[in-house]
Amino acid sequence: MQATAVKPRSAEGRKPALRVRVARAATPYLLIFPGAGWLALFFVLPLVFLAITSLESGDFITGYTFDMNFGNYSYGINLYAAQFAHSIEFGGLATLAALVIAYPAAYWIAFHAGPRKAAYLLIVLLPFFVSFVIRTISWETLLSDYGPLLGPLKNVRVLPSDFRVLATPAAVSFGLAYTFFPYMMLPIYASLEKIDRRLVESAEDLYSNRVEVFRHVIFPLSLPGVFAGVLLTGIPALADFINQDFLGGVGTTMVGRVIQQQFEVNTNYPLASALAFVFMVGLLAMLLLYQRFFGTKELISD
Amino acid sequence: MAAHVAVRQRPRRLRLGSWVLPAYAHLVIVWLFAPIIVMIIFAFNDTHGKFNIQWVGFTTRWFAHPFTIQSLTQAVYTSLLSATIAMVIATILGTMIALACHRYAFRGRAVLDSVLVMNIAASEVVIGSALLTLFIAFNVPLGFLTIVFAQVMFSIPFVAVTVRARLAGFDPALEEAAQDLGASPFQTFFLVTLPIILPGVLAAALLAMAICLDDYVITSFVAGNTETFPLWVYGATRLGVPPQVNVIGTFIFIGGVLISLMFAVARTVANRRVEREAAQA
Repeated sequence: MQATAVKPRSAEGRKPALRVRVARAATPYLLIFPGAGWLALFFVLPLVFLAITSLESGDFITGYTFDMNFGNYSYGINLYAAQFAHSIEFGGLATLAALVIAYPAAYWIAFHAGPRKAAYLLIVLLPFFVSFVIRTISWETLLSDYGPLLGPLKNVRVLPSDFRVLATPAAVSFGLAYTFFPYMMLPIYASLEKIDRRLVESAEDLYSNRVEVFRHVIFPLSLPGVFAGVLLTGIPALADFINQDFLGGVGTTMVGRVIQQQFEVNTNYPLASALAFVFMVGLLAMLLLYQRFFGTKELISD
Repeated sequence: MAAHVAVRQRPRRLRLGSWVLPAYAHLVIVWLFAPIIVMIIFAFNDTHGKFNIQWVGFTTRWFAHPFTIQSLTQAVYTSLLSATIAMVIATILGTMIALACHRYAFRGRAVLDSVLVMNIAASEVVIGSALLTLFIAFNVPLGFLTIVFAQVMFSIPFVAVTVRARLAGFDPALEEAAQDLGASPFQTFFLVTLPIILPGVLAAALLAMAICLDDYVITSFVAGNTETFPLWVYGATRLGVPPQVNVIGTFIFIGGVLISLMFAVARTVANRRVEREAAQA
């Protein structure tokens, strides 16, 4: 008897009043509205304006007119082909270096650091509290021609006096690898950390040695993290201009520098926008490719 | 039993991990700290010229007067103010996004996710120049306000992602229980949800503060004549970076270390309490 008395009420509970249903449907939108609105206004809309500006012609004095001037793209890419090549070369080298440096360290912390895992991860991230500009200047000081590293070696004539590290592609690439290191380290560590230890144990029980366990179990499972790291390191490294400014020389200019100069010094906004938009298209292509294979989970969770 | 032990020990013959890997990991840590150590050492350099590159001698006088350069002090103040405002706004907006994404399935969520990922992955030069074209198109005067607009924008995705990671382990039954007991949605949020996700929200706020204080590229595009700390330092490199920059950098580093230690201790204490309560139960 009691059950039948309760029944209509719970049936009513399953279908709340219209006002409540509308409120429930609206809640997520009300929650995301301020943040999403901010991103729409100051991130998505600017990208639209970047695209529009890249198709304009004119100059700072006479003003700019929108006339679908695709010439900015071909002109910019031809004029700065060498700088684009530098960006790809140094950015690529930096990504590779960051991967080679980060993967074994992340692997050791995730699998062998035991109870001190969290402490090691924190230590690895601590240097990045200091401003990026100061860190890069410190590298410049450390690697300078007669600095704390090369000076003593030159004094005892281990190195010839004209030996340089600064102004070489290696200096720029390692500077970039250093700058964006956390973006490589964290996704790789997260994907290694997530691996179910029982898989490793069962591989061992099935007579795999450590190398085989790594090759057939751990490495394949860490691939989403590796690709996320490559993406998150490579994209900003390609366009950076601070490292090249402090650690590079006249022969190592990258496109990021050109874009910044065209905006701030030459005020050739259409050309600068076209160069920047080339990067945006490249980024979109890489993200779409990544999303196709792995989804967005590795990039935004953990 | 003996056979089992033999099987378990067999893989251990190939022990690459025994010393090569830990040595490598510690070398990486040395590499990561190299520029920080240089920065701290040169904060004690008794340099007299404009350039603080050659080691002259030991002094602590820069620590006695870290704020003697007025424009530098002003830049530090601007940085702290803009980063604090941006942190508060971004933490609130980012947490709201994280809550919506955790609790509701809604139309447009995939688009929102893509925008967040793009914002995190995009090159700063691209974001900065895009913002500049927008501000130029609408004749927005560049300065403190545009810096805050930009810093909130690039902090929101990091906050949303960090808080979402914390929410992943959150049991929705707790909220339902509170509402069954008659709590309003606001009471539920402030008395149940917020206390539980607070460590994640605080971590996200710290992260937002850190990236705002640190940012050079995007800020430089939208700053106009306003100078933040990284902008001041970058401008100073042409004339020589004064040791005061190393002193302030050292303070920032020590602040970061202290805050992380506080977090680590708080987490350890919380974990112990949970374990103790579990043991009692």
